[in-house]
Amino acid sequence: MSSLISEFHLDLEDKHFEACDYQKGQARWCPGCGDHAVLAAVQKLCVEEQLPPEKTVFVSGIGCSSRFPHYMDTYGFHGLHGRAFPVASGVKFRRPDLHVFVVTGDGDCCSIGAGHWIHAIRYNLDITVLLFDNQIYGMTKKQTSPTSRMGTVSNTHPYGSVLPPIDPIQTTLGVSNASFVAQTVDWIPGHLYATIKAAHAHKGFSFVKISMRCPKFLPDLAEEKTSSRDHYCLLQDPNGIVPDEATQRIFRNAKLHDPTNINAARALAQSDDFIYLGLFYRDPGALRYDLYGAHNLGYTPEKKLAAINAELDRFAV
Amino acid sequence: MEKTARTAPERIQKQTIRQHIVEIVSDSGEGAQKAGQSFGAISAKMGNGVWTVEIIPADIQPPARTKEGTSGIRIRLGAEKITNSGDEVDLIVALNEIVPYTRIERNELQEGTIMLIESKWARHDSQDIRSSYANAIDDFNRLGYKVYEIPMEEECLKFVSDPKKGKNMWVLGMLCFIYDRDMARAEAQVRHTFRTKNQKVIDNNLELLRAGYAWSEENLDFQFTIPAIATDEELVVMNGNEALSFGISAAGIEVCSMYPITPATSTTHHLAEYMDNLGGIVHQAEDEIAAIGFAIGAAYAGKTPVTITSGPGLALKTEFIGLAVMAELPLVIIDVQRGGPSTGLPTKVEQSDLLAVLYGQPGDTPKIVLAPATIEECFQFVILARKIAEAFRIPVFILSDANLATGVQPFPRPKLQAEWLAGPIDQSPWPSGLKPYQWDSQTGISKRPIPGQEGGMYTLTGLAHTPEAKVAYTPENNQQSSAMRSRKLAAFGRSLKPPAVYGDESGELLLVGWGSTRGAIEEAVDQARAKGAKVSAIHLHFLSPMEPGLKEIFSRFEHVITVEINYSDDPNDPLITSENRRYSQLAWLLRAHTLTDVDCFSNVHGHPLRPKKILEMITRVLNLEN
Repeated sequence: MSSLISEFHLDLEDKHFEACDYQKGQARWCPGCGDHAVLAAVQKLCVEEQLPPEKTVFVSGIGCSSRFPHYMDTYGFHGLHGRAFPVASGVKFRRPDLHVFVVTGDGDCCSIGAGHWIHAIRYNLDITVLLFDNQIYGMTKKQTSPTSRMGTVSNTHPYGSVLPPIDPIQTTLGVSNASFVAQTVDWIPGHLYATIKAAHAHKGFSFVKISMRCPKFLPDLAEEKTSSRDHYCLLQDPNGIVPDEATQRIFRNAKLHDPTNINAARALAQSDDFIYLGLFYRDPGALRYDLYGAHNLGYTPEKKLAAINAELDRFAV
Repeated sequence: MEKTARTAPERIQKQTIRQHIVEIVSDSGEGAQKAGQSFGAISAKMGNGVWTVEIIPADIQPPARTKEGTSGIRIRLGAEKITNSGDEVDLIVALNEIVPYTRIERNELQEGTIMLIESKWARHDSQDIRSSYANAIDDFNRLGYKVYEIPMEEECLKFVSDPKKGKNMWVLGMLCFIYDRDMARAEAQVRHTFRTKNQKVIDNNLELLRAGYAWSEENLDFQFTIPAIATDEELVVMNGNEALSFGISAAGIEVCSMYPITPATSTTHHLAEYMDNLGGIVHQAEDEIAAIGFAIGAAYAGKTPVTITSGPGLALKTEFIGLAVMAELPLVIIDVQRGGPSTGLPTKVEQSDLLAVLYGQPGDTPKIVLAPATIEECFQFVILARKIAEAFRIPVFILSDANLATGVQPFPRPKLQAEWLAGPIDQSPWPSGLKPYQWDSQTGISKRPIPGQEGGMYTLTGLAHTPEAKVAYTPENNQQSSAMRSRKLAAFGRSLKPPAVYGDESGELLLVGWGSTRGAIEEAVDQARAKGAKVSAIHLHFLSPMEPGLKEIFSRFEHVITVEINYSDDPNDPLITSENRRYSQLAWLLRAHTLTDVDCFSNVHGHPLRPKKILEMITRVLNLEN
């Protein structure tokens, strides 16, 4: 036992990962796109947590956000539109040793992949989910998103969108077995980083909605988001997300909120007085399907064959 | 008229027969299938050849005493190995007088069929039912069946207050007498069938089993003996879905990701009962798409999984199948085919997914497709499929069908081998300089990095990509990567042998089959050859790539006809010409593959093909005297 531990320590000392160990290629997002900020925050998290690149997997769907894995020098899975959750669940289910992230967008998660989203919340595997919500389809050139404000002018609704949006925070908080629900924005790096860090630290399905700017297709909204500090309110709790003090000073509004109180969290998500940033809800005790998935790993061939033979006995003549 | 009891043993006419087809038909929910499966298992355990197939109503709760509600089972028993469900019924047990009409309308009965019918309807309170029963008995006698009216419920009521619970076991006891079954085996089978129930339920059912036997011994005047095959070989008895389940576990597959769909799901019912003990899990996903997505995630992470579905589910999995091909992920996809298109015939057999599996995805999607022809092959092919999937980094399909799924057949007990099991995930450092898709230009094969392997980091993508897994849309790269994915089929095909010809190596007519029809085709070929017909058959187990040498084999026969359970135009139908005729699916493939004028014999009746119908076709094509 002791030799194992000492080898483990030696291993750690031998390797120290720098930011460059996680960087790959040149991100091809538009200038001013919020995606760049999240990429920087995630790479910072990887360094700070010293996540081994070979043990880290970024799974995405399709859309601007979903190019993310291509820019991480870790394992990555850039799959199908809307289907990141089932893939990530399959990766994590029998591989408790892997750090699994899902990077998804408002179309990917809340429209074509909405069914998977609901069930992924319920499964509560230990996966960190980053929802890049820019309220518009970017990659396919400006179509209405399920989170677009009503009246958004897009190529599919040139006279303004006609339905009210889905609120991803409200929806997530409404699903049984939700275990971590937080909201942040791409343009306050301190809060973004503190939120992603807390999400990764949580053992369960950590859902982070990141309000993003799309200066290319919704420049006015991007401008409004960054210029109207009065609209935002920082959720505060010693057990919540606590950004550095400089970041806290950015906020003009703050509210004490106990993240164990689901009803209070839902009320905040539904209120339209402020856009609340921080931790809405956390339940470290929520049942985790990945623990079930890993409960019978590593059986020897002998044990497997014995189990199959025992079952065959029941069918034997 | 009920046969009156006589005690003299010489009353009973004993007859030795080579094979018999038995059916039990009833309203849904009366347990006919449980009785029939138990009867089949008992017979197989005694050493008889057995094939059973269920008769399933399409509705969940169809009205009682209706033709459309007919539920039941066919059990074909033989002194030799039985490979298919055969032709007409020799003995039928009917729990009311309406349900046999379904079988009569489908020409399943014949003159001389023994009919054992529940007689309680003769004494029913309702005049309508009494006269319906009386008329039916007249019909059955007129049609030449040997009708025995049996007081099944009356006898059951001597032991239980609710005859709904256990009448099927009384019927099983009756069949055990008629076919001279070993009652110790029968009792063991009943205990097995009800193993999850409490002791009182088991005892009640055993009592009814014995009562059915005793009553028949006292009252019936006939008994059959079917010689058992003498063998020292250890056998197992199961249906095709259970065999798939054993194949999954014996392949060492740890993740079975599924969504419920008929007729595939019972595979996972069985698997879920014991998979935990061997270090595996059945994941019931939120939908068909998620089921394959989850499997693909597991495949990416190094655990070659299985996902199992049927036609409508296959349709939903289309996009992910394309991704698995593009990203070169190993996984096993089992399709237990049912009637289509759309939701079609959920409980009935068809072989209609062949072209959908091969060509149902946008873009060119080469994959390997296997089709088991027997229950035993359902077991073996999963083990084979996982190995091929990993060696060739490719999705492998297994095309079973509703006939194999519900057919129960004995086969030699597999001698499990550790080398069938998936090995541990490779977590050694990735060889320096090796690319994630470093295609061998001869074979298209490349080594696959698995998360956890140091230095192997890459981003899998469904977009066109280079050997480095970088997104690339250049003409040269897309041509080359497509060629490499396709080349794997040619490389795999090198390991295949030409199919063995059943019958003479050349002749007037060659029948070509695939999947569950093998037994019926070969039985028909045997019968035709006994009459002097120059007919042979081949059976394909690999549909993609196909076994080699087909064109050469075809050239040795005057006619080549596929025998399949899927749709083809009848050349005599209105508007159908030799130019516009739509062929059955294998014929379509073979015509393209061999440039041979392959004809087809197919239908979509939803039933297993009968040897007699195939024999009629052979007779017609070869202009033989009947």
